[in-house]
Amino acid sequence: MSGTSGTYLGMPAFPVAARDAVRDETLRGNLRHATHTIREKRAKAVAELDDWERLRAAGRDVKERTLRHLDHYLVQLEEAVTAAGGTVHWAADAGEANRIVTGLVQRTGQSEVVKVKSMATQEIGLNEALEAAGVRAYETDLAELIVQLGDDRPSHILVPAIHRNRGEIRDIFVERMGSWGRAAPAGLGDDPAELAEAARVHLREKFLRAKVGISGANFMVAETGTLVVVESEGNGRMCLTLPETLISVVGIEKVVPTWQDLEVFLQTLPRSSTAERMNPYTSMWTGTTDSDGPRTFHLVLLDNGRTDTLADEVGRRALRCIRCSACLNVCPVYERAGGHAYGSVYPGPIGAILSPQLRGTGSEVDASLPYASSLCGACYDVCPVAIDIPEVLVHLRERVVQGGEVTRNGERVTIKPAKGHRGERAVMRAARWALDHPGALRAGQRLASRTRRVHPKRLPGPGRAWSDTRALPEVPEESFRDWWQRTRGGDR
Amino acid sequence: MRVALFITCVNDALFPRTGQAVVRLLERLGVEVEFPRAQSCCGQPQYNTGYRHETEPLVRRFDAAFADYEYVVTPSGSCAAMVRDNYPRIGAKAAAEGRGQALAEAAARAVPKTYELTEFLVDVLGVTDVGAWFPYAVTYHPTCHGLRVLGLGERPRALLERVRGLELVDLPGARECCGFGGTFAVKNAAVSAAMGADKARDIESTGAAAVCTVDNSCLLHIGGTLARRGSSVRPVHLAEILAATEEEPYA
Repeated sequence: MSGTSGTYLGMPAFPVAARDAVRDETLRGNLRHATHTIREKRAKAVAELDDWERLRAAGRDVKERTLRHLDHYLVQLEEAVTAAGGTVHWAADAGEANRIVTGLVQRTGQSEVVKVKSMATQEIGLNEALEAAGVRAYETDLAELIVQLGDDRPSHILVPAIHRNRGEIRDIFVERMGSWGRAAPAGLGDDPAELAEAARVHLREKFLRAKVGISGANFMVAETGTLVVVESEGNGRMCLTLPETLISVVGIEKVVPTWQDLEVFLQTLPRSSTAERMNPYTSMWTGTTDSDGPRTFHLVLLDNGRTDTLADEVGRRALRCIRCSACLNVCPVYERAGGHAYGSVYPGPIGAILSPQLRGTGSEVDASLPYASSLCGACYDVCPVAIDIPEVLVHLRERVVQGGEVTRNGERVTIKPAKGHRGERAVMRAARWALDHPGALRAGQRLASRTRRVHPKRLPGPGRAWSDTRALPEVPEESFRDWWQRTRGGDR
Repeated sequence: MRVALFITCVNDALFPRTGQAVVRLLERLGVEVEFPRAQSCCGQPQYNTGYRHETEPLVRRFDAAFADYEYVVTPSGSCAAMVRDNYPRIGAKAAAEGRGQALAEAAARAVPKTYELTEFLVDVLGVTDVGAWFPYAVTYHPTCHGLRVLGLGERPRALLERVRGLELVDLPGARECCGFGGTFAVKNAAVSAAMGADKARDIESTGAAAVCTVDNSCLLHIGGTLARRGSSVRPVHLAEILAATEEEPYA
C-alpha cells in the first residue's frame, strides 16, 4: 500500500515520489486499469455529440468572460444569495476559511458534520482544522470515505481512491469502519455490490443524525444565487437536504453568470468526468426555503491564491477548470506516477499547473510540478474548457528557472529562480552561444565524430538518467553539415 | 521548385542519414534542395525547459537563415511545431515585455513557410506515392507534436501505404506518448523509462521489423529503449523509408 499519511507537508519533489510509485506494481496495475477504462468510456460519450467542439469552445468562452469580470459576478452572486436567505462570507486564504467554518459549526453546538465530496475543503485542510477544534467531519462520498478510513490521501480529483483495488478497500472497511461508526458486516467480501452495501449502512446513520452538512459546489449561478452540486451516488443529496445547517465552501472561480451558461457545463462535465450523458444527481439550491431543506445556509467564498492566479494572463487559464479529471485519465505521467506524487489534492496535469500557482513555486514539490509532463498534449485534447495545459506548463517552467514578476497576496513581487537549476542554466547559456555560432558547433560535432570509437556505452553522473534504460546513439562519422559541404560544397 | 532544408540540430549531429534521405527523396520528386548553412537549432529544448530568453537568438537566426525561401522543409514534427506554435508566443511575450515587435515579426515570417516533411509532400507537392520500395513490416508511431500540435492526421500513413513491399502493421496504443519529452527524459527519468518500456512492448507485439516516426528525437528514446531490451526492431525515420527504392534500397 502506498501513501498512508494525511498530509502534503514536506512532500519530496515530483521525480523522487514518482520514482517510488513507478516501482509499485500494485499501484501501477490499479491505475492502468482504472484510467484506461474511463478514458475509453469518455471518448465514446464525447463522440456521441456532433457539437462537442462547439460546446468546448462555449465552455472556454463563458469561463474566460466570467473571469474577466469576476468582481462583478461575485458581487451579483452575493446579493442574490443574501436575498434568498443565505449568508455570504469571504475568505482570503485557507486559514480564514477554516476559522469561519469552524466558528459556524461551533455556534450550532454540534460536534460532528457530514460532508459532500468537495475539492475546496480538501484544498484548505478543513477536516484537520475541524478535528483540532473537536469537531469530527465524516466524508460521505464513497471514495472519500475509503480515503478517510484508510488515513490516506486522495490521489484523483473525481475518484480519490483510484489507487486502491477492491481487495484493499475490503481490508480498510473491515479494519477501520468500527472506529468511525457502524462496523463492517462479518465476513465482508470484495464484491463491489457488497462493499457498496457496507458503506451504505455505515453512512446511513450519519445522514440521519447529522445537524450540519458541509459541501463545496461545482457551479454558482450569479443571476439567481443558486449553487449546484453534481454527483453519482446521492450521498451528496442526503447531506444537502437532511441537516438543519448547510455550509458551502466554494472557490471564487466557480461562478457562472446565468442559467444559460450553466447549460453548457451540465453537458460537458458528466461526459468528461464519468463518461455519462447526464450525472445521476444534480442538486441545486437557492438560499433557504421555509418548508424544506436546511434552515440556515452559509456560503464561504474562497480565494486562497485564485486572485493572484487571475493576475497572470497565461496562468489564469487554469481557473477555467471544472474539475472533471479527464486530463488525469489520459495523462501517461499520471498513469505511472499516481496522484500522490503531485503533493496536492489537485494531481495530474491540471494539478501541475494549479498547485504552483495557488501555492507559489517556493517549495521543492511545487517547483518540480511544471516539469511533471512530457508535454504530449493529450490533456489539452480532452479538456472540456480547452485549457492549453502544455502552454501553461512551459510558462510556469519559465517562472521556475528565470524567476520574475508574480502576484502574491495581491502584491506584485519579483521572485528569484528556484534552487537546483544552476548547472542547467549554465548549460543552456553555453548552448545559446554555441547554437548561435554554427562554426563552433561544427567544430564540436567534428570532435565528437573523431572520438566516436572511444565513446562510452553508459554515462556517469547525471547522464545515467538517460543511459540506465536507453542505449546511447552512435555519433556518425560525419555530420549532415559536413556531408553537404563535402558533396555539394559549391552550394550555399 | 526550390526549398530550404531545415535539418535540425539532432539530425545534423546524430542522424545525417535522415537528412541525406530527405535530399534524395525531394530531388527524386523534382525539387531543388538547398541547405542554408547559417541555420542552427530551433530552440525547442531550451524553450520547453523554461529558458525562453535563451531561445530568442535562435528565432532571429531561423528568420535570417531562411529569409530567401518560400518553403522550409524539416524532417521533424516537434521542430516544425516549435516554429509554428511557439515562435509566435515568444514574439508576443517579447512585445508584451516592451522589447518591440521585431521578434513577433520574425515569427510571423517563419510560421507560414515552415513545413514538416509529410505536410510538404502531401499538401504542397500533392503526392502520396513517392515511388519508394521498402520490403519490410513497419509499424508507425505518431509522435505527439505531429499528432496533436501539427495535426498531421493520415498524411504519414497515406505515404507509407503507398510504399511498395511495405506491410503497415497497426501499433496498439499508438496515440500514447513514448515518454521522451526532451529534458523530461532525464528530469523524470523513471516515468520516462516506464513510458518507453510500455511503448517498446507495444512495438514488439506488432512483430514489425521496423518502427517508424516523423521525429528522430522520439526515435532516439524509443530506439535506445528497444536496443537496451535486446529487441531486434529497428527505429527508422519515415524519410529514410520514403527515400528507399529498388535501385537504391535502404541500407
